[in-house]
Amino acid sequence: MAYTFDWKLVLSGEYGGWIAQGLVITLKISALAIFCSLVLGTLIAVFRLTRVRPLVWFSAAYTEFFRNTPLLVQIFFWYFGSYSILPEVVNKWLYRQDFEFAAGVIALTVYTSAFIAEDIRSGVFAIPKTQIEASRATGLSFLQSMRFVILPQAFRIIIPPLISQFLNVVKNSSLVMTIGVMDLTYMTRQVESYTFHGFEAFTVATVIYLAISLVVSFAVNVYSNRVLKLIPY
Amino acid sequence: MHWDVIAKNMNYLLIGAYPHGELGGLAMTILMALGGIFGAFWLGLVFGLMRLSKRRWLYLPALAYIEIIRGTPLLMLIFWFYFLAPVLWGHSLPGHQSALISLIIFTSAYIAEIVRAGVLALPKGQMEAARGTGLSRMNAMRHVILPQALFNMIPSFVNQFVSLTKDTSLAFIIGVNELTKAATQVNNRTMTAPTEIFITIAVLYFIICYVLTAFSRRLEKKIMRYQARLR
Repeated sequence: MAYTFDWKLVLSGEYGGWIAQGLVITLKISALAIFCSLVLGTLIAVFRLTRVRPLVWFSAAYTEFFRNTPLLVQIFFWYFGSYSILPEVVNKWLYRQDFEFAAGVIALTVYTSAFIAEDIRSGVFAIPKTQIEASRATGLSFLQSMRFVILPQAFRIIIPPLISQFLNVVKNSSLVMTIGVMDLTYMTRQVESYTFHGFEAFTVATVIYLAISLVVSFAVNVYSNRVLKLIPY
Repeated sequence: MHWDVIAKNMNYLLIGAYPHGELGGLAMTILMALGGIFGAFWLGLVFGLMRLSKRRWLYLPALAYIEIIRGTPLLMLIFWFYFLAPVLWGHSLPGHQSALISLIIFTSAYIAEIVRAGVLALPKGQMEAARGTGLSRMNAMRHVILPQALFNMIPSFVNQFVSLTKDTSLAFIIGVNELTKAATQVNNRTMTAPTEIFITIAVLYFIICYVLTAFSRRLEKKIMRYQARLR
């Protein structure tokens, strides 16, 4: 079977536009999920570090459960199955939004926050214990010492693993095409099925994903080589 | 809640239509994960060792392979294979073969990094002593470095196996009849119990992955104790 390459077809005009639209959605859903999972992950990590039993158990169960189930299943759960668990008000609000997009963001957020919580926890463990003891001794409450002393130092250490987690979000966001979010992967499939030029379309999409990963991980390498060396422990 | 839907379809979720038809469900998931880790181990070992080589023509291709694969989503790789196999070979591969190959290629890049880290983590004296006794670099790798390094890497391999088990769910997208696909089929047929169905399969995945994770944690502790005794 002779196959003629037609790069122009997928790089410009309508089909190129589709891929660009897909990229925008991918970046949007990733950014939202990264932001939300950072907040949620920090919260879960702090739960784990308190001495309050129910909070510790909740946090442990949360991280173990969501880290050990496939993202795809979680996406399906939020998309197909969440309505009978969530309260009516939340459901109504969600259906008024772009529901596919919302379910995708929720699934990515919940999944990623479990990983981020573990990263933050290990970052906090890397801080010498005396730090929290000293800050508690100066009269700060547990939350205040977390907020002003521990977390700022921990975040500086865990920036490299966090960023690679963020890159995972960008890559994982390709799964939301299964529930019909028109992201980069979805649009690439669309171009493939309209033009039968799958090779070109998937090459373009792969290069885009790859470029995002390589640029960001290069920046992280520079950061960990230059900045992390300055940290005394 | 309609938990009776689950009870009625549990068999299908676990082994598919097996005795009378195709194997599917959880059994297929496990089979794919096992086949995947087996293939990925050997491929990953080759690329990991190539990456460690000092010869440019060996380590540059390995570096490119590892970075490109780790930088692209698995879903992209699965599509590549599924849509491009016909272009390359003139005929399309069955879904499960194509998915298995993509999973092996994807996981091997991560295994290669584990192998590299494991070899680099060994004390340098090991290689020097082995070379000093007259072994060639290849032989030293084969008889001295790898047996120690691979042993230390077991927990990382188990963790990678857990990721792979979760990743097999993506094979559903190109129509492989594994657990996630079985669940969507049951869901489409019954239409009444999506919450229950997806909670059930999440729990099934969780049981496998959690048991393995717990196992790898215990193993890690044991290995660390073992190493501490040697020093």
